[in-house]
Amino acid sequence: MLPLVSKPIQYVGGELNSSIKDWDSADVRWALMYPDAYEVGLPNQGVMILYEVLNELEGVLAERTYAIWPDLEKLMRANGVPQFTVDGHRNVADFDLLGISFSTELGYTNMLSALDLANIPLQAIDRTMDHPIVIAGGHAAFNPEPISEFIDCAVLGDGEEAVIKITKIVREWKLAGCPGGREGVLEKLATAGGIYVPRFYDVEYLADGQIKRVAPNRVGIPLRVSKHTVMNLDEWPYPKQPLVPLAETVHERMSVEIFRGCTRGCRFCQAGMITRPVRERSITGVAQMVQDGLDATGFAEVGLLSLSSADHSEIGEIAKGLADRYEGSNVGLSLPSTRVDAFNVDLANELTRNGRRSGLTFAPEGGSERMRKVINKMVTEEDLISTVRTAYENGWRQVKLYFMCGLPTEEDEDVLQIAVLAKRVIDAGRQATGGKDIRCTVSIGGFVPKPHTPFQWAAQCHHEVVDHRLKLLRAEVQGDRRYSKNIGFRYHDGKPSTIEGLLSRGDRRVGKVILTAWQRGQRFDGWSEHFSYERWAGAAADVFGESPISLDWFTTRERLETEVLPWDHLDSGLDKEWLWSDWREALDGEEVEDCRWSPCFDCGVCPSMGTQIQIGPTGKTVPLISISPMASA
Amino acid sequence: MDVPHQQEPVVQRLRLKYAKRGRLRFTSHRDFSRAFERALRRAKVPIAFSSGFSPHPRVSYANATPTGVASEAEYLEIALNQVVDPDAVRASLDAALPPGLDLIEVVEARSSDFASRLEASRWQLVLPGVEPEAAAAASAALLAETEVIVERMTKDGVRRFDARAAICSLELAKVQPAPPGEIGQLGAAIGQLHSPSAILAAVVRNGSPSVRPDDLLAALRVVAGLVPSNPPLVTRLAQGPLNASGSVVDPFDPDRE
Repeated sequence: MLPLVSKPIQYVGGELNSSIKDWDSADVRWALMYPDAYEVGLPNQGVMILYEVLNELEGVLAERTYAIWPDLEKLMRANGVPQFTVDGHRNVADFDLLGISFSTELGYTNMLSALDLANIPLQAIDRTMDHPIVIAGGHAAFNPEPISEFIDCAVLGDGEEAVIKITKIVREWKLAGCPGGREGVLEKLATAGGIYVPRFYDVEYLADGQIKRVAPNRVGIPLRVSKHTVMNLDEWPYPKQPLVPLAETVHERMSVEIFRGCTRGCRFCQAGMITRPVRERSITGVAQMVQDGLDATGFAEVGLLSLSSADHSEIGEIAKGLADRYEGSNVGLSLPSTRVDAFNVDLANELTRNGRRSGLTFAPEGGSERMRKVINKMVTEEDLISTVRTAYENGWRQVKLYFMCGLPTEEDEDVLQIAVLAKRVIDAGRQATGGKDIRCTVSIGGFVPKPHTPFQWAAQCHHEVVDHRLKLLRAEVQGDRRYSKNIGFRYHDGKPSTIEGLLSRGDRRVGKVILTAWQRGQRFDGWSEHFSYERWAGAAADVFGESPISLDWFTTRERLETEVLPWDHLDSGLDKEWLWSDWREALDGEEVEDCRWSPCFDCGVCPSMGTQIQIGPTGKTVPLISISPMASA
Repeated sequence: MDVPHQQEPVVQRLRLKYAKRGRLRFTSHRDFSRAFERALRRAKVPIAFSSGFSPHPRVSYANATPTGVASEAEYLEIALNQVVDPDAVRASLDAALPPGLDLIEVVEARSSDFASRLEASRWQLVLPGVEPEAAAAASAALLAETEVIVERMTKDGVRRFDARAAICSLELAKVQPAPPGEIGQLGAAIGQLHSPSAILAAVVRNGSPSVRPDDLLAALRVVAGLVPSNPPLVTRLAQGPLNASGSVVDPFDPDRE
């Protein structure tokens, strides 16, 4: 089959640092899936970390599988070949556990394809002892209600320790002769902490469609499931042996996570809310991981990864130390930087000491000053302009700016302000360089309200409004000939965001919509050539029918304080009252500081999760090591 | 004004022979070159870099096999800024490449014009679902022609050219070896390795117009209607100069003297 499909290399495994363990000498076997194409899924840090953590354990085997493109899916169905792992080319149905990492909700339909190809019943309750336990993880698992009928459980929070705990429970259960069958092991998981088993909870609804209550349906099952937090990142230096694919993927570099969590408090950012508190990897830990990773992979570029990398308490020392260490070695360093200030430009300068200065990216997110106050992105227009001027003065040739459209309280003029900003950026660049040929790229994404954020109550902006505003903005940018050639404009239409909104804040009743859309051919929702809004909207209309709920009900409806939200029984640590007050403050344009350098503002995470902020400075430096070439003859 | 970093001079050139085996036959040439350059860094080979604003490692590839075709005889040349032991490079690069991309031999370049020495290739073509007699007859029919026009889709549209002139020999292989093993229970199904019915051996001249295994199969289809039931498994067994008797000989011979 492989000679007949495009890019067959993505299905053959054999990546550097991958491993194929002996099937028979393992007693717990995991299949790990990233539910998107290989080129997107392979670089995913979450899957890579769990793959290595699990394979390091004695008697445990982990292999990977990714979404299959339609050309191969067709051949597999015709030839009766099941969903397979790329490592051992084994049937996914033969594993004890199938862990699926959802960075976004757009992988849900691909999960159904994989289950179906593997001949695993789509409905969790139809599965028998012959089928794997299907576990969802990743950020989307903080509201797994829309896929609750398809999964056996969901893991909330950091996965490293959770997979070890699950492995132990499954091993003991198997050794004991599988007492209680499938439900037996699920009960053990449901009471272990951090693991949610949807079938043990019943949801009741009110006549108007809202949720009345969510409650456990058997004794011993916790009322709420709390997330798990890994403390001391230095004890978890994974991936130690990053996977290096033969195929081309979206990231041709190695990533080192320099801290986890973020308390900048951007109100739209689910990642920043659910991964609190900030836990830094130490400067020496970072330096070690960079060196070990380069030795293990041969990559020429290292990205220092986190939600806001310039916020590491010793980022200046890290940047300088690594730049010193790798000076003249053709190793490139990068900071996926998004914060808007001059310090960030200094860092970028340091990291590109001998390299090319191509593009710098900033994310003001909101076009107008007022909008940025609403979303708590504390950047003034003057900050932005002076930062950009510094960048151009330092030889950076292009600046990329990220914005969102459709934010709460947004009006047309807030979006049009993006054009004003972009023109000022070009002016600043022309002044700084004395040249006319300045590039600025503006990228705009549609805003999707997410669970466990202050915007979880917000009405999502209708996609027609988003499209209208983007059209106005485009006319504004392109209508001015002094700038139109210098400003690149990248945006997507608003429809996919509406579906993402449905899947993000949906409840169990959305499951049938996912199933229907998938049955009608929906796959690869993150790919515009495969995404069909009409198919999704049609499925929603058919499933919801005359009931009080609808696509609009889930997306463009503002929720009240008293409404029971589908994810209220899933505990990210954030205090719901604090989230509500932050939502009200957002509407008033009141900002909130970062608790790393100002007093605690009682978001609730640390006391309820038993965690605390872990940051430096440690006062240490990047050890200088000699990078010796191979011995000369 | 910035000036490009001056690179260290080249003091040694090495020629490498490597194989593309098993599942990794699906490695494209671009995939391989990325993997190889990363392996150079992991193995800390003192590779020379080109000068200019974006220096790149000095590697010259020759005649890469198409994606999906296995090979026991791929060649490339690297330029180094320090003198090293070729055997040490072979061992360390082989360890740095994933299993399936295997270094077979490394020699120091002692002669010039290596690329033109890769005159012809010896191919093995496993044709699933084809009777050996039918394969032999089709081969004979192809060799009896003086010209066989085949078509190939290129990015500029359909190209038509003669596939016959480049073929030096084509016959049933003397041994009918088992196909290389695939890892995993589904390997055979995914790679579609049916037990072969016919194995052909061919010697084909490299060069212009380049006649690839696909073109040879197209020629067999044109002259004899030969169509395997599944995609054939093709392996390049050797590459090098053609001797008087029409065999492919080792292109490293002049470097060993």
